[in-house]
Amino acid sequence: MKPRLPRTPAAVAGAALVAAMVVLAVIGPPIWGATAERIDAAAILQGTSTAHPLGTDSLGRDLLARVLVAGRFSLALALAATLIGGLAGIVLGALPSVLPGRAARLITGAVNALVAFPGLLLAMFTAVVSGLGARGAVLGIGVAIAPGFARLTQTLAATVAGSDYVSAARMLGVSRRRVLTGHVLPNIAEPLILQLTQSLGGALLGLAGMSFLGLGVQPPSFDWGRLLFDGFARIYVTPEVALGPAAAIALAGIGFNLLGDAMAKAAARTAPAGKKRTAAVPPDPGEPDPGAVLEVRGLSVAFPGGATPVRELSLTIAPGEIVGLVGESGSGKSLTAAAIGGLVPYPGTVGYGRLLLGGRDVATLSGKELGTALAMVFQDPMASLNPALRVGGQLAEVAIVHQGAGRAEANRRAVDRLGHVHLPDPAATARQHPHELSGGMRQRAVIAMGLMATPRLIIADEPTTALDVTVQRQILRLLREVTEETGAAALFISHDIAVVGGLCDRVMVMYAGRVVEELPVARLAAEAAHPYTRALIASLPDMDTDRDRPLASIPGRQPAPSDVGPGCAFADRCALATARCAAERPPLISYGEAGRVACWEVK
Amino acid sequence: MIIEDLTVRFGAFTAVDRVTLEIPPGRIVGLVGESGSGKSSLARAVSGLVPYTGRIDGAHNVQMVFQDPYASLDPRMTVGDSVAEGVRGRRDRAGRRAEVDRLLGLVSLPADLAGRYPRELSGGQRQRVAVARALGAAPDLLVADEITSALDVSVQGAVLNLVRSLRDELGLSMLFISHNLAVVRYVSDVVAVMHQGRVVEAGPTGQVVGEPAHDYTRALLEAVPRLTGGLRE
Ligand SMILES: Nc1ncnc2c1ncn2[C@@H]1O[C@H](COP(=O)(O)OP(=O)(O)O)[C@@H](O)[C@H]1O
Ligand code: SF4
Ligand SMILES: [Mg+2]
Repeated sequence: MKPRLPRTPAAVAGAALVAAMVVLAVIGPPIWGATAERIDAAAILQGTSTAHPLGTDSLGRDLLARVLVAGRFSLALALAATLIGGLAGIVLGALPSVLPGRAARLITGAVNALVAFPGLLLAMFTAVVSGLGARGAVLGIGVAIAPGFARLTQTLAATVAGSDYVSAARMLGVSRRRVLTGHVLPNIAEPLILQLTQSLGGALLGLAGMSFLGLGVQPPSFDWGRLLFDGFARIYVTPEVALGPAAAIALAGIGFNLLGDAMAKAAARTAPAGKKRTAAVPPDPGEPDPGAVLEVRGLSVAFPGGATPVRELSLTIAPGEIVGLVGESGSGKSLTAAAIGGLVPYPGTVGYGRLLLGGRDVATLSGKELGTALAMVFQDPMASLNPALRVGGQLAEVAIVHQGAGRAEANRRAVDRLGHVHLPDPAATARQHPHELSGGMRQRAVIAMGLMATPRLIIADEPTTALDVTVQRQILRLLREVTEETGAAALFISHDIAVVGGLCDRVMVMYAGRVVEELPVARLAAEAAHPYTRALIASLPDMDTDRDRPLASIPGRQPAPSDVGPGCAFADRCALATARCAAERPPLISYGEAGRVACWEVK
Repeated sequence: MIIEDLTVRFGAFTAVDRVTLEIPPGRIVGLVGESGSGKSSLARAVSGLVPYTGRIDGAHNVQMVFQDPYASLDPRMTVGDSVAEGVRGRRDRAGRRAEVDRLLGLVSLPADLAGRYPRELSGGQRQRVAVARALGAAPDLLVADEITSALDVSVQGAVLNLVRSLRDELGLSMLFISHNLAVVRYVSDVVAVMHQGRVVEAGPTGQVVGEPAHDYTRALLEAVPRLTGGLRE
């Protein structure tokens, strides 16, 4: 998929300006060439007139025509300088990855020294040494551009060279040259081309500058810089003669920069922007449950373009209860959590029949109220911790902002909470920065941060996925302990059904955006009814799995949110599927004690 | 293959500390331990990706499959080209093509996947492609470093089945690394437990899992997530 240019005003203006410049370069000389060279002794050094809108030069030549004609030469010079600089830079930057160590270090060192050297000085020096004129100026600007390209190429190449696929190629005995042409160059081409476009604008300005300093194009040739140089001498008498070339240079420079920026943004962009769309309003949710900490009815999260990664999800959590939300990646677990916490990223839209936290609609809660009632723990603790601040200070901040506590009181409470999550030396931990802690300790600190207030609900999204089993077990224990002590409810999200089964009271299984089964954990191992839940359990090796038999696995893959059809989303992978399954979606209905299931084949 | 007295240092830090380990031909040796215990460093030393001291005997062609299937395939190469990278010898175009088809078949992928790019594949499919690429070099040892930990449980089973079938059908020797003892137990003939750079216990799978001799092994055993239990009492 090629990144498409966004339709922002800046991108459109950039593209239009560059297109205009290209047209000018093509048609300028044939149309206005003769006029630009026509000497008229009767009209020397004139200002604006109807015959000569931008005046004339010392030989009476029309300046407007000369500006229009000079476009081709100016752009050609800029292109040449960029290509020279780009090529030299890319070669210099790529060499260290193929040369032996010593030579590689030498080149790297030289590039680093050149990058630190002022570009304009480098350009002027080169131009003077290689002789005044267009050739010298182009070489000079090329030389000034090259170190930046070399550095960029080096950085990009080093990233690719350190990747797993290059390690794999090396182990397979693929030659250095093949690694360079097969892996490194294709993967760095795109950013380099972007950089080339952006450099064009810079080269254009640089060349104009060189001509303006008298180091560039010499008469009788002329480019915009030369015209500006000639016009500048008359700036106090007839300022309009300098205006034409100055405007041309500025417009071209701006055009290339805008276009380059827009291309870079388009390449970096992942989610397509589009018009806003609201999720369908679900049916009437019935009476609210007064005892529930969290009550969700008919929750949907939609993105422009028709993708609805969460569909009509309902769930209720009682005080002190831990509910597990399990499903493979992409099933909508994290977006469900984000929707509850008001964190769905733009341009997603959330729709619901009811979303009550502690009996109140989350949309009516202030940021402060939500921050106090809800604690969020993510897979990456660094998503919640500021690397620049001490752990204790960050925790204290919560109490100061949300509860209006004094600094000393907040600090005391921070240390207390850090001790509460069993960090061995809470006072010392409070003084440390996050990077000084291990992954497990950081996750404890995040939980402690959630406990600074008295949350009604803790949402933990894959909090142990990045941790080892031994540390995972400690964190799970801690979550259990915290909910028992404080009476907080918890929504625990994981792709690992064994972890969920080991920790939670009740399990909800999600597939392709919907809950397909819900049941008390005691019934999970033996009585799960939905074919997907059963397959998940069967595919999981545990300490009693028969080692002589193959593990169960689920063929195929989960449909993307935009590809979910009208029937059961699991039908393609389900051994029990019938024609009805593909055509008609099974409703989520009560099944067994305190359970619900959505499957036509469960009777 | 025998690893003897293998030590890997990063500056003053010793990541692998005088490890001795045997990988019998046609067997899978499982290496388990927490992160930072030195498993990956050992794997990279055996694969020739980091310098080490000590001896590695009896493995001339070692290939490795990496943890993250999203990082181990070149996004700009088709599946077929990636797999062909490992194909040894001077084959003509048609010969290469046939060999790529055969390798994809070995990992139960359809041959028409050869023309696709990694972004069109699921995590499990990518991991199979990485295995096929390694098999193309006809390795005498395959190192698998946490190859299922970035995968969903629903596809993990299929990849573990593949690992076992490679041993049973091709007689491949393997060093299989994971932090999950249940996974290691399922695929391995021998289990070695690593802790702080050292192998603290090694032996036949049944023995290590059934009668763990080291405290750390017992801690690992206890931490294995279980569907029924543990934390609710
Ligand atoms: N290139 C490196 N430089 C410095 N330290 C490293 C490097 N690679 C790994 N380590 C350290 O070596 C230790 C063991 O790491 P590793 O072999 O990756 O263990 P595991 O595979 O069990 O996670 C870790 O503490 C890690 O930080
Ligand atoms: S409804 Fe049909 S396809 Fe869906 S899980 Fe049940 S049997 Fe399988
Ligand atoms: Mg590792």
